[in-house]
This record gives sequence, structure tokens and C-alpha cells, in this order.
Amino acid sequence: MVQLTLPKNAKVGKGRHHPAPAGAKKVKRFKIYRWDPEGQGNPVWDTYDVDVAGCGPMVLDALLHIKNTMDSTLAFRRSCREGVCGSCAMNIGGRNTLACTHGWEEVPGGEIAIAPLPHMPVIKDLVPDLTLFYAQYASIEPWLHTVTPEPQKEWRQSEADREKLDGLYECILCACCSTSCPSYWWNQEKYLGPAALLQARRWLADSRDEATGERLDALEDPFKLYRCHTIMNCAQVCPKGLNPAEAISEIKLMLVDRTI
Amino acid sequence: MNLYRTDLGRARGLGSAKHGVGHFIAERGTGVALMLLSVWLVPFALRVAHGGYLAARDMLASPVNAALAILTLVVGLYHAMIGMRVVIEDYIERRATKSALLILNALVGWGAAAIGAVALLKLVFASGS
Repeated sequence: MVQLTLPKNAKVGKGRHHPAPAGAKKVKRFKIYRWDPEGQGNPVWDTYDVDVAGCGPMVLDALLHIKNTMDSTLAFRRSCREGVCGSCAMNIGGRNTLACTHGWEEVPGGEIAIAPLPHMPVIKDLVPDLTLFYAQYASIEPWLHTVTPEPQKEWRQSEADREKLDGLYECILCACCSTSCPSYWWNQEKYLGPAALLQARRWLADSRDEATGERLDALEDPFKLYRCHTIMNCAQVCPKGLNPAEAISEIKLMLVDRTI
Repeated sequence: MNLYRTDLGRARGLGSAKHGVGHFIAERGTGVALMLLSVWLVPFALRVAHGGYLAARDMLASPVNAALAILTLVVGLYHAMIGMRVVIEDYIERRATKSALLILNALVGWGAAAIGAVALLKLVFASGS
């Protein structure tokens, strides 16, 4: 359901200010969303004046610098630090992206606001609860479905058919796209969202899969699929340059193809 | 929310309604039809705007104009109705409110189409007398 204002317990207040250390050479201000599940209060914006001369070029470098030298209580996810795992997806300067591949110098404005991925339950600070997001991915059954007995060697695929998976298989499930989609914000219990649907298309496009009809049956639903209104936020924010909106349109065309 | 429901059970929900493609085709089909009908509608509307009731009556004496006028009215209202349905589904979650608005949407859409069609037919037959 559409919510035009934040619920009372989610309104973000003003938090602590962490000044730059004495002798800082190049100071950049980071405004970071903080919420502690063990505390009683609302979330707050903490500000950190970071001496960026002493840290790497990416937003994740700055976050690690804050955690290591200024405030060890700051919680966020990170792992590969090279745009492969999708763990450090967050909202940076009003845009969902990966902290590890986004430079702090790329963020316009005097201060850099960092918040968890929008419209998801927050576990702590910059860590969103992605349980439903992953379950939605599981619900599209992202594995090969076949009836034909398994061949002795492997399921064969032509190069041309393999190329049909380009632009689909590269998804790292960071959730930047789904959590930037207004349709997913308002109806995430029923709408599968761009990430799960991009993966649904990946298996529909796979020449080896034998369950195309069943997959389309499971998707043909006013909410699961057709809540996509081609808003295109998903394609704008995808840190891997993928286009989930196009993949969703292709699913819709497949459904038309089997009707007319 | 049921605390003991598994995540996958929650994601699967009630399953697929197994419809939606008809609505999708109708949205696009009526959209394209309205674009084509607007080629006729714009000059018609301009002439009626200048000539008033008498010009409308004279133009609707032609069966082609009369049929196109009724088609524009019905297709336009149907397009608006199915579009409004999506808006209601998007933004209204409470079942009672949603159902009431969907019924109201259908009543207004079909009601306006019926009243408009009767009014146009009245004009058409008036022009023939």
C-alpha cells in the first residue's frame, strides 16, 4: 500500500556528529542512517567528517575507514569489494548502488547521504532484511527443469542460444533494482520485483529448459508480473548495467505470443 | 503476519491468478485504437466546437461518423476504466475499500458508456428526422 509519509517510528532524527581528527588533510562529510534494534528510539542521521586523504576512492573504503577509525558500532554488509557479491548495496546520495564500485567523488553535493536500501525492513544501520527478496527469487525456481532423461554428458546448447542469456545471467541479486521500484515498494508481498523477474526471464530464455509453459503459468498474474509499469528505475540503478524492465517486457511478450 | 509461515510460502502467496495477459492486450489494443480514432476525433471536435449542436447533428447523420463517435466513446471509457483499475490495485490495499472502488470504477465506466451511447444515438436519430 502506498505510504506518502514515514511511519512515526521510522521518522529519522538528528544523531551524533563525529568530527574529523586533528590534522585532517581532505575532509568529506558522510551522513549515515543509524538504527539500533536494541535501542528504543527512532533512527537517526549520524554525521562523520572523514579525512578521505587517508582512505581509498570508493564509498565502501570510506565506510570501512569510519568503522575502523571513528565508530566501530556502524553496521553494514560487505564482502568481495569488487562488485561481484552484491552485499554492499545501499542508497548512496539518493540512488541505490554498490558501495564498493561507487566512488565518493562521484556523489554530487557537499555531503554524502547513505541509507539502507529503501522500503525494506531494517535489521541494523545499513543492513536491510532481504528475506522476502531471496524467497521471491527461490519462488521462480531458478534451476533447469527437464523431463527428458538427463544425457550422459551434458545438456547441449548452441552458441547462439547461449548468447540469449547475456544480459540476464550476470545479475548478482544485490536488490538495487527491486528496492528502487515504486511498484515493489507498494506491493512487495505480491509483486515479484525486477530482480526475481529478470531471473525468471533468464530461465525462460534458456534453450535447455523444458518448463517454459509452467513457468509462464506461474507468472501470469496481475500482481506477480503485471505490477511492472515500466518505470525503468531498475535499469537506471543496476550496478551491472542490466535492464530488468526489458526482461519483464519480454516475459509479457511471451505471454502474448501464446495467446494470439 | 503469520510468524511460523516459511519465507517461500510467503513469497508464493496464493499462487498465480492465471490471468493478466488479456488485460495487458486490452490496454495496448485500446491505446492503439484510440490513437487511430483520434485522427477522426480531432477534426470532428473542431467542427463541433465551431458549429455547435447543429454541426454535430449534421455530421452524425453519416453512419460512418456515428459509428466512429460511439466507438471513440466506448473504447475511450473502457481504456480509462481498465487503467483506473490498475491505479486502484496499485495504491489501495484494504480489501473492502479496494473492492468498493473497483465496483465503483466499473459502474462509472460502463454507466458513462451507456449514457453516452444513448445520447449519441438520440442525436443520430434526431439528425435523420
